[in-house]
Amino acid sequence: MGDLQLPSIDYGALLPMLILFGAACVGILVEVFTPRRSRNVVQVTLAFGAIAAAFVAVIVQHNTRKITIGGAVAIDGPTVFLQGALLVLGAVSLMLIAERSIERGGPFVSQAAITVGSQKDLKQAGDQSGATEVYPLTIFALGGMLLFVAANDLLTMFVALEVFSLPLYLLCALARRRRLLSQEAALKYFLLGSYASAFFLFGVALLYGFAGGIKLSDVHEAVANPQRSQVLLYGGLALIAIGLLFKAALAPFHVWTPDVYQGAPTPITALMAACTKVAAFGALLRILYVAFDGVRWDFQPVLGTIAVLTMLVGAVLAITQTDMKRLLAYSSVANAGYLLVGVLALNEEGLSSTMFYLVAYGFSVLAAFGIVTLVRDADGEATHLARWAGLGRKSPLFAAAFTFILLAFAGIPLTSGFTSKFAVFGAAIEGGQTWLVVFGVITSMLLAFPYLRVVVLLWLSEPGESTPTVSIPGFMTSAALVIGVAATFALGVVPAPLIDLTRDAAQFVR
Amino acid sequence: MFADFPFLSILTLLPLVGAIVVALIPRQKSELAKTVALGWSLVVLVLSVVMWIAFKTGGDRFQFHESYAWIPSWDARFTFAADGIALVMLMLIAILFPVVILASWHDVEQSKRSAPAYFALLLVFEFTMIGVFAAADVFLFYVFFEVMLIPMYFIIGSFGGQRRQYAAVKFFLYSLVGGLFMLAAVIGLWVVGGNTFDFGKLTEIAGSIDQNTARWLFLGFFVAFAIKAPFFPFHTWLPDAGGAAPAGAAALLVGVMDKVGTFGILRYCLPLFPEASRWFAPAALVLGVIGIIYAALLAVGQNDLKRLVSYTSIAHFGFIGIGIFAFTSQAGTGSVLYMVNHGLATGLLFIVVGMFVARRGSNLISDFGGAGKLVPVLAGVFFFAGLASLALPGTAPFISEFLVLIGTFTVHPAYAVVATGGIILAAAYVLWMVQRTTQGTLNPALTEVPEMRKDITLREKVVVAPLILLIILLGFYPKPVTDVINPAVQATMQDVGVQDPGPTAVVANERVAR
Repeated sequence: MGDLQLPSIDYGALLPMLILFGAACVGILVEVFTPRRSRNVVQVTLAFGAIAAAFVAVIVQHNTRKITIGGAVAIDGPTVFLQGALLVLGAVSLMLIAERSIERGGPFVSQAAITVGSQKDLKQAGDQSGATEVYPLTIFALGGMLLFVAANDLLTMFVALEVFSLPLYLLCALARRRRLLSQEAALKYFLLGSYASAFFLFGVALLYGFAGGIKLSDVHEAVANPQRSQVLLYGGLALIAIGLLFKAALAPFHVWTPDVYQGAPTPITALMAACTKVAAFGALLRILYVAFDGVRWDFQPVLGTIAVLTMLVGAVLAITQTDMKRLLAYSSVANAGYLLVGVLALNEEGLSSTMFYLVAYGFSVLAAFGIVTLVRDADGEATHLARWAGLGRKSPLFAAAFTFILLAFAGIPLTSGFTSKFAVFGAAIEGGQTWLVVFGVITSMLLAFPYLRVVVLLWLSEPGESTPTVSIPGFMTSAALVIGVAATFALGVVPAPLIDLTRDAAQFVR
Repeated sequence: MFADFPFLSILTLLPLVGAIVVALIPRQKSELAKTVALGWSLVVLVLSVVMWIAFKTGGDRFQFHESYAWIPSWDARFTFAADGIALVMLMLIAILFPVVILASWHDVEQSKRSAPAYFALLLVFEFTMIGVFAAADVFLFYVFFEVMLIPMYFIIGSFGGQRRQYAAVKFFLYSLVGGLFMLAAVIGLWVVGGNTFDFGKLTEIAGSIDQNTARWLFLGFFVAFAIKAPFFPFHTWLPDAGGAAPAGAAALLVGVMDKVGTFGILRYCLPLFPEASRWFAPAALVLGVIGIIYAALLAVGQNDLKRLVSYTSIAHFGFIGIGIFAFTSQAGTGSVLYMVNHGLATGLLFIVVGMFVARRGSNLISDFGGAGKLVPVLAGVFFFAGLASLALPGTAPFISEFLVLIGTFTVHPAYAVVATGGIILAAAYVLWMVQRTTQGTLNPALTEVPEMRKDITLREKVVVAPLILLIILLGFYPKPVTDVINPAVQATMQDVGVQDPGPTAVVANERVAR
């Protein structure tokens, strides 16, 4: 046994993740040592400070193209871009999470384990102080996502997957209102998520057997010159894909999405819809483009079928929904299908257009869920569709903002929804995947219907007795909404800067 | 002297600025909002007239070319340019909007909606309309093509009559379906056309697109335009939308917006996919002829005035369709002229119907009867509008319909003969409509409606006068318009690669000139 060779570590390149993980640990200490009254302020400051610092660290790295820490982490164009996107979208989600003025104590409960409806629970319901551990949990999740999109070997990827998933499972269970639904959602997400992780891990094992290494470059070389059975390769690829498709909410691994999106506290739903998508597709892009490039002809038809299925399932089931959060959940499933169309272009265009779509969709979906948090009655958020009837008369400004977001989801020009769909469809045709675009267009037609139905409800229906009011948002939610809507508009009208950014970034290192 | 003035971009943006100004006017000051909207649309009209004067007849095919960078990585640009076809359509828009704004003066007061919102929506609609005709970049055209749905959707949905929600949703979904087919084709064109959206560059490579691909792309564009126009069998949304929309908006819907379909075929389908256009022409001709006869028969059976006018419009679009796909220069010129004349005549008819409906409070023909005895002048205008839309000689639509028919007859006599049958049906539906509403014995129920005793007001006279004048003027002297249209149509026919057969073209052109 010779001496152990320590890998060289570029701390600068890892800095964004180190900052977030460090800040999250500090956040836990803050929970212990700070008096309850000032805890929220300290935590919010810490969380935003950490995200801002990490963002600066990402910006500094924008020209770095290297593999560090023994091949475990790759800092390249897509990593830097997606990490930046995650931090920005995460900051906007955090604004929704940090909102405390809409509801006393915010949308999170401090002791979720108290039996629902018990004396203690009633006492807690009237309590001013909400949970503040949501901040370190969110930062942990974000840190995990940053690592997930940068992971260059399969084990690091698995660890990152767990690091960002576990806090999300917890966060899902912390809703102040409709606690049982929230806890059921968390349990469902946790159980199914664990299965998905297990699949992923088993896939890693098979690929290790096939390639004799866990680095993506090892897999790439082994695919080019296979030494062992192809069964290991295809089995491993399939199992890993299942794990990733689950996180990205692609059919038939999407069934958790509507329940979890509905049950989770809405700011967490927004976080999952925006950031988890970025992380999951970031990893999917890296795995497919870097490791399995050599067998693209084998997985393209299979994943293509999954994309078509996802778009169809999302679009058709969105039509039948009666709950706003579930509708948005199915819409996000369909959008995952469009993203996969972009991924399957398997060219540079596909990479850049998918990254563009992720950012554009992230902003829109954050604004959409942000508005959902505002439409409330005495029992909390009024998410049933029928309750939204005539809202355009009562609060034209918010109805107009929501309408704009819906038009973006429907892909109407002058919104980011159009430019991003255009980008992925264009990339797919260039990549020879015209049939996916045909299905994409057909499902877009189907999807227009549920969105339009909501627009009709908002504007053309008379307000009823039970039409809820739109709460006046606090500074945090207002800021999140303005950012979301403004980005949706800006990326629809002047998408050129972001497109150029994604194009410059669209090169993986191997 | 005006050659370098950026007419088209200013003309496009002007109504948008106006819409923002009008939208900011508080709800209580509805008179102010209306006045500003009217004034703004008149400014647009003046600018359009100056542009018309600056247009060099016999000059370049595309004039007033402007181009600004937009999305460099896709080579999508804000490119504007107008040929003769676009120019006459822009002129029609500029004329119809002030007329409609004045005609809709009291529309909003019946519903409890906000007047500034309505007139702001009308100006937004004008912005998208001008943009769609002025664009010379396929991407920009597509953007306007989709965005124009939104103001019209809210105009129908919020300010319309009965079944407005159903009509608005149907209108939006039909158009969006067409638009998405076109989106697929636009992306496809971008990929096979060498990653550009510039109309000029695309026409240069048009011949080199693989035949099969070109046919599919043609179909994507054609379906979108056929739904928009609408051609049989994609027409079912129009009677609902036209029936539910406020009369003024309905005049714009059929008068201007539907022309985007036929304009799109002339500007994009034919030059970009010449071989596919020739290949699909027989099918398009058949659809056109079926549309003429079928819609006319349905119009005869209507009891709802606004639906009836919508059906007549579908029949007229059948004529425009066969004129385009006959591929002769008379038929093509006739079609474009028809697009203008139909906008004037049907626009007038819709506006006059709106005046009747506003008085009676009902769209149904059976609720009228002998109305001419109460409102003789209005009934006279109604009769004139009806005659213009059945293409009576002396009114402008006659010339265009005649040109379409002779232009088609030289190459496809059978279609022309069947289409001529449509003229007889047109006489039937118009005359019956006029007879059942304004002639005959007076419906006693009418006398009980106080508004029905009020004949045409000064405002209404100002509304109809310019349209009547133009219809008569262009009926006797269409040369200023045909001179602008002719070169553009001939250039389009050249793009398709067809020649006029024999000397008939010369005769027809001389007749027009005279």
